[in-house]
Amino acid sequence: MSQNAEKVLDHFSLFRSKEYVDMFENKKTFENAVPVAELQSAADWTKTREYRDLNFAREALVVNPAKACQPLGAVFAAVGFEGTLPFVHGSQGCVAYYRSHFSRHFKEPTSCVSSSMTEDAAVFGGLNNMIDGLANTYNLYKPKMIAVSTTCMAEVIGDDLNAFIKTAKDKGSVPPEFDVPFTHTPAFVGSHVTGYDNTMRSILEHFWDGKAGTEPPLVREPRDSINFIGGFDGYAVGNMREVKRLFGLMGIDYTMLGDNSDVWDTPTDGQFRMYDGGTPLAAAAAALHARATISMQEFCTQKTLAYVAKKGHEVAAFNHPIGVAATDRFLMEVARLTGRAIPEEITRERGRLVDAIADSSAHIHGKKFALYGDPDLTLGLAGFLLELGAEPVHILASNGTPEWEARVQTLLDSSPFGKDCHVYPGRDLWHMRSLLFTEPVDFLIGNTYGKFLERDTDTPLIRIGFPIFDRHHHHRYPLWGYQGAMNTLVKILDKVFDVTDADTMIPGKTDYSFDIIR
Amino acid sequence: MTGLRQIAFYGKGGIGKSTTSQNTLAALAEMGQKILIVGCDPKADSTRLILHAKAQDTILSLAAAAGSVEDLELEDVMKMGYRDIRCVESGGPEPGVGCAGRGVITSINFLEEEGAYEGADYVSYDVLGDVVCGGFAMPIRENKAQEIYIVMSGEMMAMYAANNISKGILKYANSGGVRLGGLVCNERQTDKEYELAESLAKKLNSKLIHFVPRDNVVQHAELRRMTVLEYAPDSKQADEYRTLARKIHENVGNGTIPTPITMDELEDLLMEHGIMKAVDESIVGKTAAECAVA
Repeated sequence: MSQNAEKVLDHFSLFRSKEYVDMFENKKTFENAVPVAELQSAADWTKTREYRDLNFAREALVVNPAKACQPLGAVFAAVGFEGTLPFVHGSQGCVAYYRSHFSRHFKEPTSCVSSSMTEDAAVFGGLNNMIDGLANTYNLYKPKMIAVSTTCMAEVIGDDLNAFIKTAKDKGSVPPEFDVPFTHTPAFVGSHVTGYDNTMRSILEHFWDGKAGTEPPLVREPRDSINFIGGFDGYAVGNMREVKRLFGLMGIDYTMLGDNSDVWDTPTDGQFRMYDGGTPLAAAAAALHARATISMQEFCTQKTLAYVAKKGHEVAAFNHPIGVAATDRFLMEVARLTGRAIPEEITRERGRLVDAIADSSAHIHGKKFALYGDPDLTLGLAGFLLELGAEPVHILASNGTPEWEARVQTLLDSSPFGKDCHVYPGRDLWHMRSLLFTEPVDFLIGNTYGKFLERDTDTPLIRIGFPIFDRHHHHRYPLWGYQGAMNTLVKILDKVFDVTDADTMIPGKTDYSFDIIR
Repeated sequence: MTGLRQIAFYGKGGIGKSTTSQNTLAALAEMGQKILIVGCDPKADSTRLILHAKAQDTILSLAAAAGSVEDLELEDVMKMGYRDIRCVESGGPEPGVGCAGRGVITSINFLEEEGAYEGADYVSYDVLGDVVCGGFAMPIRENKAQEIYIVMSGEMMAMYAANNISKGILKYANSGGVRLGGLVCNERQTDKEYELAESLAKKLNSKLIHFVPRDNVVQHAELRRMTVLEYAPDSKQADEYRTLARKIHENVGNGTIPTPITMDELEDLLMEHGIMKAVDESIVGKTAAECAVA
């Protein structure tokens, strides 16, 4: 049982040794365990239609929702601005969660501070935490901007960020002219996409509407440039760079609002960068003068777009566009808004994608998929699957609204492959489990948490979404643009072929022709 | 939103806030003002006299039934009452559970997002008892109520509460635009009530905007779930409320930053007016029996 210092066994190997196997077996004597047959019959019952109906009638419980809370989205949006440190007003554990969540996905450190409210702050209000917290943040980490959001705790006791930040400035925590945009992000309202939206809007409001009354509001002088907002996106690094490349090829004058592509992909060259890249603050202010604002994720930017439209911008919103038709629509809208032609080089990329889809069509056509994730991502993926002739049979978003449901239904109605497909707003992964047992599909598309559905239901998982903790570097490759669609196609195909190979591994029994060509 | 006046009524529980505010707002409606009342009390009785019924469909009760406040529509919660006064009640948890303060925040955010304030000349918040937590201070945050009216009487505890509310206003007045509009004294017929109310108002760097005399007609109207303005429009009391309404209407921009006083100063004030005698330290903490022996 004991370890040998010369050859330390990993727990995988250790727990498989006879001593441990016997110990686990003997332990059952003390556990008052139910008989295996009874356990199995209960487990089998959870796979039935009867259980599914009970599961879908569930009212008072959520099991594994595929969504996170508002401040996570607030941090995501805030780090996309030059030298910006997100400051979450509330208890400390929440901030540890946002930081670890991003770091595990992007494999990069994520800087974010907390006002560390404790019991006394809950009773007396968090004003002192704001005063000291802003002063410490400003002096220790030397940011160019501090973007404040809130956790549940600060929201329940009713802390007023506007008054608190003004008071903190009066007390000298940060200079009066220092940029401290803020937004209330109660974690129990909406999801991380709501927090992204609130924060993006609050930062634009800060720069455009007179920095919380400290300066006169900016007056818009329309120019020909456009703004681009990516939304909450696990592929931000690859996607933003791809969009920049496309805009570069088209010769467009643009501002990326919330550009976190460099923040979450800093080079290892011996220099630590607490802040890297991000939308320059001057550019965020000047973005008011743009003629149009494009959002890649409509459900991440509903309030932001409404605000931008009120300022006189033409707005165009997409739903995480993936594929030929979706990218066509995106690029043609960009061309229309900017008056720039789509160059030959991009047209050739389109042709290559169409070619690749045609080459592999036989392997994807008619395959059934279940997918879950954020509202825009699921819309974009479902559109691509329909384009490939696949069937997105179950489409689920825990943070999907009735509006999203209607949008997905319209998409399904537009294709013969959408006929037997269904949309599930506000459902969780335990609902998905029932769907996978009662109406099995060939593949599941989702984030890392889908791993347990894969194990439970034996549905091969294709990892697309956020967070992806257990595969590396995929966030560096885009899903957007024709090249992004190509990546997505390859991701799906790789799994299709892996499964085919696994099914034909035994010579003479499951493999008759020693195939090496697919 | 320019021209929209946002006011709030605060005051000790049971002081007659809701009665005073509804009568005053009815008088403002009579003057042709378009009014929206936002009741911020879990008891949901801030609009009873205008609607002739206690509002059943509060924002929070409907939100709880629908699952989330995002599932609500404005029409579900907004009711039309006397002289087309629009009424909403925030509602809130049963006594002893949950967090009523958060309810106020949720409700006001909902109303703003749904554009409930469009087309109104006045928005009036009626807030319960005391500013006990951040949630009940929601109506005095930036871009909410510009003037606060504190309903009080000559009773010591009502004055104490008025002073506490001033402290709450002061917290927000320096960083925001909220001001104390004035005190409204709802007569309880205590000793030297008018003088006391005037001196307290002065101490708080405010003014006694109106002294509402006690009149039983208010009770008669209440029993019929009506404002005096509607029940007995020709009564003297109705005129009192009309006067108060006019004074509030003309008080725009005249609010002040309050200067709350200490408990000792409050006691001094009562002594000045002869309501309270200087405390004989030798009797503090002694029972009646002990005093008799001495």
